[in-house]
Amino acid sequence: MRKIPVTDLPKLYAEIAKDRQLWLPREDDNRVEFGLWSDGANVSLTGKTAKSGKDFFFPQTEDIVRFRMNGKEIDINSAPTAEAPFVVFAMRACDAAGMDVLDRVFLVDPKDSFYAARREVGTVVTLACGAPEDSCFCQSFGIDSSAPGGDVATWMVGDTLYWEPLTEKGEALTAAVGAVLQDAGPDGDAAVGQVKADATKAWDAAPFTELKPPVVAMEQTDDIFGLDAWSRLSEACLGCGTCTFVCPTCQCYDIQDRDDGAAGVRRFRCWDSCMYSDFTLMAHGNPRTTQLQRFRQRFMHKLVYFPQNNDGVYSCVGCGRCVEKCPSALNIVRVMKAMETKA
Amino acid sequence: MSCSCDTIRDTLIPTLGIVTDIKQQTPDVKTFRVTLPGGEGVCFSHAPGQCAMLSVPGVGEAMFSITSSPTNTNYMEFSIKKCGRLTDWLHDMEVGQHLTIRGPYGNSFPVDTELKGKDLVFVAGGIGLAPLRSVINYVRYHRSNYGTVDIVYGSRSSADLVYLDEIKGEWDGKDDVKVHLTVDREEESWKGHVGFVPNYVKELAFPPTKTVLVCGPPIMIKFVLAALREMGFADTQVYTTMELRMKCGVGKCGRCNIGSKYVCRDGPVFRFDQLDALPEEY
Amino acid sequence: MGMREKIIDRAKALLADGTVVGVWGWKRGEMPGDRVPAFFETAEELDNDFVYDCFCAANVSRYLNGRKAADGRVLALLKPCDTYSLNQMLGENRLEREAVYVLGIPTGDMLDPEKVRRAGICGLKDAKQRGAEFVFDTADGEKVLPRDAVALEKCIACKSNTHRIQDELLVDIKDQGESPVRFKQVEELEAMAPAERFAFWQKELSRCIRCNACRNICPVCSCVKCVFDNPANPVSGKANSETFEEKMFHIIRAFHVAGRCTDCGECSRACPQGIPLHLLNRKFIKDINRAYGPFAAGTDDFGMTPLTEFTETDPEPSEVVASGGGQ
Repeated sequence: MRKIPVTDLPKLYAEIAKDRQLWLPREDDNRVEFGLWSDGANVSLTGKTAKSGKDFFFPQTEDIVRFRMNGKEIDINSAPTAEAPFVVFAMRACDAAGMDVLDRVFLVDPKDSFYAARREVGTVVTLACGAPEDSCFCQSFGIDSSAPGGDVATWMVGDTLYWEPLTEKGEALTAAVGAVLQDAGPDGDAAVGQVKADATKAWDAAPFTELKPPVVAMEQTDDIFGLDAWSRLSEACLGCGTCTFVCPTCQCYDIQDRDDGAAGVRRFRCWDSCMYSDFTLMAHGNPRTTQLQRFRQRFMHKLVYFPQNNDGVYSCVGCGRCVEKCPSALNIVRVMKAMETKA
Repeated sequence: MSCSCDTIRDTLIPTLGIVTDIKQQTPDVKTFRVTLPGGEGVCFSHAPGQCAMLSVPGVGEAMFSITSSPTNTNYMEFSIKKCGRLTDWLHDMEVGQHLTIRGPYGNSFPVDTELKGKDLVFVAGGIGLAPLRSVINYVRYHRSNYGTVDIVYGSRSSADLVYLDEIKGEWDGKDDVKVHLTVDREEESWKGHVGFVPNYVKELAFPPTKTVLVCGPPIMIKFVLAALREMGFADTQVYTTMELRMKCGVGKCGRCNIGSKYVCRDGPVFRFDQLDALPEEY
Repeated sequence: MGMREKIIDRAKALLADGTVVGVWGWKRGEMPGDRVPAFFETAEELDNDFVYDCFCAANVSRYLNGRKAADGRVLALLKPCDTYSLNQMLGENRLEREAVYVLGIPTGDMLDPEKVRRAGICGLKDAKQRGAEFVFDTADGEKVLPRDAVALEKCIACKSNTHRIQDELLVDIKDQGESPVRFKQVEELEAMAPAERFAFWQKELSRCIRCNACRNICPVCSCVKCVFDNPANPVSGKANSETFEEKMFHIIRAFHVAGRCTDCGECSRACPQGIPLHLLNRKFIKDINRAYGPFAAGTDDFGMTPLTEFTETDPEPSEVVASGGGQ
């Protein structure tokens, strides 16, 4: 394990940013969001970012191919753009776990080459949480906020940041910025232990400590799908995409074309939400015509279908953003509680 | 088939095809013949029941079943009903038009496993014959691998029956294949059977030892299944192919997710006992 | 008897005598300050779950969109500001008047959970307004903060606390009139140089994630099919296919609701990215007031607005430009 005094963090940032882009939580107008680091940036390492950081690997909008139409002929231009190496610094344990969920979608055969390319060049540096916020419930999904994943894990204790590479990519980054890091010696284990102790204490007092996701066997699926509670749970849903777009694990997308005139046609993909009324709309009908059906699909997918397909791994990491952001105060916690009574 | 090139070329990036022939099947259905841009050869090989994503850049991209048999390696065919922005455009285009194509996507009818040696009944309504045609022609090509072959096919009117030339010229009465045509309502020029497909299936009284492949409008499928159950067929003997909105074709974009299945990847072909296990959202 | 109990009593009576089949109100969510708009159908549900306090900012008018009398009349619990929205919706024939029974309820200032969090309130249990202050009951004991630091912007800029439509009022309310700072933020924007103002909006709108919460929560964004949801429209409904478009979405939306926006503030309250979207609409309101005389959409249910009605005294576009509106 390595360490660096907090006062020297600007040096670390500068060192990382030498040969790669560095994205980290920046505070601006009271809002904390991942932003590109530049000298003097207002870095904020407390609290969570407005979005999870999944967009560095799965951007909200990305071009996938261009076409040029010439009479009856079409030219396809799919020259891959080279991805520049980058680091996402201070992702939390929940959001790093969210990347594992995305990997289970995008890196299974056939691999999504756009996502895979960014995974290849992107290094995730996580920051352990000793003080979860009121809206947090990552521990319900077995995530230890004090022992985050990613390529490098870090712990902030007092005026020191402790740094531990977890993967080959993490080792490579550590070697690249080694000049500003010192050996942590025995302090390292003590620091990790300190954050863990803080976290354990905080979790005991957190609002959602008791919350557990349902374990639904294939043959119980219909019981959960048919719960009367869906009607009350979804009645205030506005059908917006807030919960989807702030979610670290939501990965549904749409593919659209945009005619740029002389520049040809740009085919891009963009985030989509199963909460939107046109998500399943076809030329001759829509299998989900009500918001209840769309609402149910989102949570069934996260808590039932996804784990059924993925060795019990849920498509929720308890980051709590939907809890904070839903304009109608609906969220997955309410759904989990309703399912609990049945499952 | 696995491809080691998937990190170089993404499945979402299509290749080119050219339309070499267009045949008006019914007032709102045309069959398009598509080959490699050179004018012959299929864009990729497929199995009966699989689908492809066709697109006209700037207009749209959508999933269509490949109606030609894999035994035909000269060209692929798609029978497409005019019902939206992309299909309107396709209906207006002329021979020689480039399209983009990607695939093949989804599973296929188990022609070389579960269906082998079985007595087959194909039940189709309207444009629903398109995905089954691929299977029918595959079965005809490998005729000795299968038992009896019956095809029950109906439409709103005789003008809405697709592949009529092929049905009469190549299928019916040849190679021990029987075709049973029906139309929903009486017509002056129609000498054949009149009545809805599900009722006709009952009238034909197939023994419940056969294996059934059904495709058509959802309401028809529902009543055909009810008829078959009444006749003593088990859900494990009946196959269908589904249609839902799809964007990626590889189980990632989330659109065609029903229960723990993705229709584009785990389907579109399902046995009814498999469908029964899914939430009713299709 | 507290306000919550008064409302429950009246709602129960209206349910019992068959006047209404259900009640649109609020219940507790998962977080201490969460209030979920909810439909209540029985007295038991009201007793168990109904809540009305300084966290019930959500405007339930939105949920009445499309309601027909044949669906059964529902009781809508509307705060003064919410009645403007309902009126506007009625004027645009978005629901039938007989489909709703309005019980006008009084309101104090509503809290902004984001401001409360930012003010350092942790382990929140409850909160109460006490004049120009809010008293918070927290895990660390009682905390008092000035109202201006924690109240929702829409309350600080209150347009009026008079109900504009009601079948009955729960209690008589004395109108405080328009907040003296209602147009302060707009004036600050107007005072900026064009480049500075452009940079302001550039920065704010670049945060947009196109979740459509502002549109979906807006009581007057009530089109059956939104222009942005039309698949034949080259402008995407859910992605910024280019950065210009991201800005256009909000500007187009502001134009679509100009003259109809009741300044209910729900767009800004709903925005997960904290974009002050109400400022676009309020600028329109200010300009309409100046060009056509004082007007507040939703004051009545006639549906006529200065922008949908022509009078010979209407200013010429050139006059509007000359008077600074074109800046």
